Amino acid sequence: MTTTYAVLSEGLEKRFGPVRALRGLDLAVAEGTVCGLLGPNGAGKTTAVRLLTTLLRPDAGSARIAGHDLVREAAAVRRLIGVTGQYASVDGDLTGRQNLRLFARLHRVRDAAARADELLERFGLADAADRPAATLSGGMRRRLDLAASLVRRPDVLFLDEPTTGLDPASRNRIWEAVRALKEEGTTVLLTTQYLEEADRLADDIALMDRGRVAHTGSPAELKALVGAYAEAVVADTDALARAAGVLDRLTGAEPVLDDERRTVGVVSTDPTLTLPRLVRALDAAGVPLVDASLRPPTLDDVFLRLTGGSGDSSDSGNSKELVA
Amino acid sequence: MSTVTTRPYGSAPGLAYDGAAMLGRQLRRARNNPGLLILTQTMPITMLLFFGYVFGSALAMPGAEYRAFLVPGLLVATAANGIMTGMFQAAQDTHRGVTDRLRTLPVSRAAVPLGQSVADVLVTAAGTVPLLLVGLAVGWRVEGGALGAVGAVGLLLLFRFATTWIGIFLGLLTRSEEAAGQLGGATFILPLLSNAYIPTGGLPGWLRTVAEWNPISAVTTALRDLFGNAPVPEGAAWPVTHPVAGSLAWCAVLLAVFVPLAVRRYAHGAR
Repeated sequence: MTTTYAVLSEGLEKRFGPVRALRGLDLAVAEGTVCGLLGPNGAGKTTAVRLLTTLLRPDAGSARIAGHDLVREAAAVRRLIGVTGQYASVDGDLTGRQNLRLFARLHRVRDAAARADELLERFGLADAADRPAATLSGGMRRRLDLAASLVRRPDVLFLDEPTTGLDPASRNRIWEAVRALKEEGTTVLLTTQYLEEADRLADDIALMDRGRVAHTGSPAELKALVGAYAEAVVADTDALARAAGVLDRLTGAEPVLDDERRTVGVVSTDPTLTLPRLVRALDAAGVPLVDASLRPPTLDDVFLRLTGGSGDSSDSGNSKELVA
Repeated sequence: MSTVTTRPYGSAPGLAYDGAAMLGRQLRRARNNPGLLILTQTMPITMLLFFGYVFGSALAMPGAEYRAFLVPGLLVATAANGIMTGMFQAAQDTHRGVTDRLRTLPVSRAAVPLGQSVADVLVTAAGTVPLLLVGLAVGWRVEGGALGAVGAVGLLLLFRFATTWIGIFLGLLTRSEEAAGQLGGATFILPLLSNAYIPTGGLPGWLRTVAEWNPISAVTTALRDLFGNAPVPEGAAWPVTHPVAGSLAWCAVLLAVFVPLAVRRYAHGAR
């Protein structure tokens, strides 16, 4: 069975003056999946979404969205996508109902009024439907933004940081909505700074760094790539070097010593390393062990390791500010 | 989710359909938030009373005659505010993300600015009524016949349509709502450099040239002529001595320049 890609980009480049915001973005999102686009500030996430949603034209490279060429068939692409982001917002002067009716009409929805009511109901906005959007709470506003990008049930939904700044309850509601959309077959590309969000929602993660995709894979695959973090706490600093020798032998990676905390830690990509094995090896070497742990990696570890903590590196800048 | 039935996108002429939807949005917006409209329409009334009775008392022209002279000037000066409101709304939409949301939709590229400008003209037409009523109360009259009056109002709205496009283009260019507000505020100087409030005959040579080539002067003179409030001055620059043709020419030039600029800017975004 061949995979159909809802988003497929090759070598997308975008430059803002001297800043190369994207330097060859290759991205493949399989139809019906949720892809999380992760990366530090300035990695180019927002620029990538703005390109893929026809808001910006690429300087080089190409992309197909739902089978249509991003540049040559931009009008067709716009019919098939939904976009929600901090920069793609509803009209604060109009009520929620007026907004949804307007967008439904522009999408040529046959019964725009009924569609607006249906979405207001679905997103728990029916009671606030006739208030100006500007007066809604942050969570309601974000749900209205999301509803506005669903008036015509998009093939591909782009969500740029959909839950940034929301309280946990509001965030959960958005997450539920994204899961429901996936159930219905919508492909979702979401950018986020919350690794937990990507871990919970995404089938695949594309980790961006300095304008290109550095790594892709499922959350589990990326975690396996980074490995677990093994740490030993010893009784006296003299034993640190010996413990480091043991960890080095076990993992083949270079341990990091912390004299002050009397700890030695190492990243292990060896799936056969277990906590009992770690403790036995240290004990056999006569290390006065106080504590030992083998922590499975979180996406935070993945993020820090694979992007080298390059957030806001001097040459990539913050694309959001640049395009404002 | 239930199925959403849609019409084929090509089923209605795109620009007219989308433009009508955007027009509806702007009218709804004006109704939901009438503050700006009330402000821009009470201002000229205040100025009519203030200029008409305070400054007018120091002029050689008799008071009632000056107020009748002033009403067309204020109408045109208010129409020139289209730069300010066009700019403000376009900048607001851009910086609040509405422009980008619309740009991700399958909407005809000219529809959004077109809807905004047509809505602005309609709102202005309604907003002109209070000023005309106050004008009637202080001595302004339609003295050039009904046909002339209709022509005057038509010309006024055409001018407003043109200035709104200037504003939309500038609004799409600005970096922030604040910048749009400040730049928009600065446009109050434009009618001061025209014959809207005073006859240009007494101005020093170069300033007189600037004032007479100001589009506001041509349109104001045309309105005074069509309403029958004041004769067309002699020995002025061509757009003022031929006010109706001059006004139409000015509007055509402004639209020919700023409509393509605004649509292009809208279609391509900031970069």
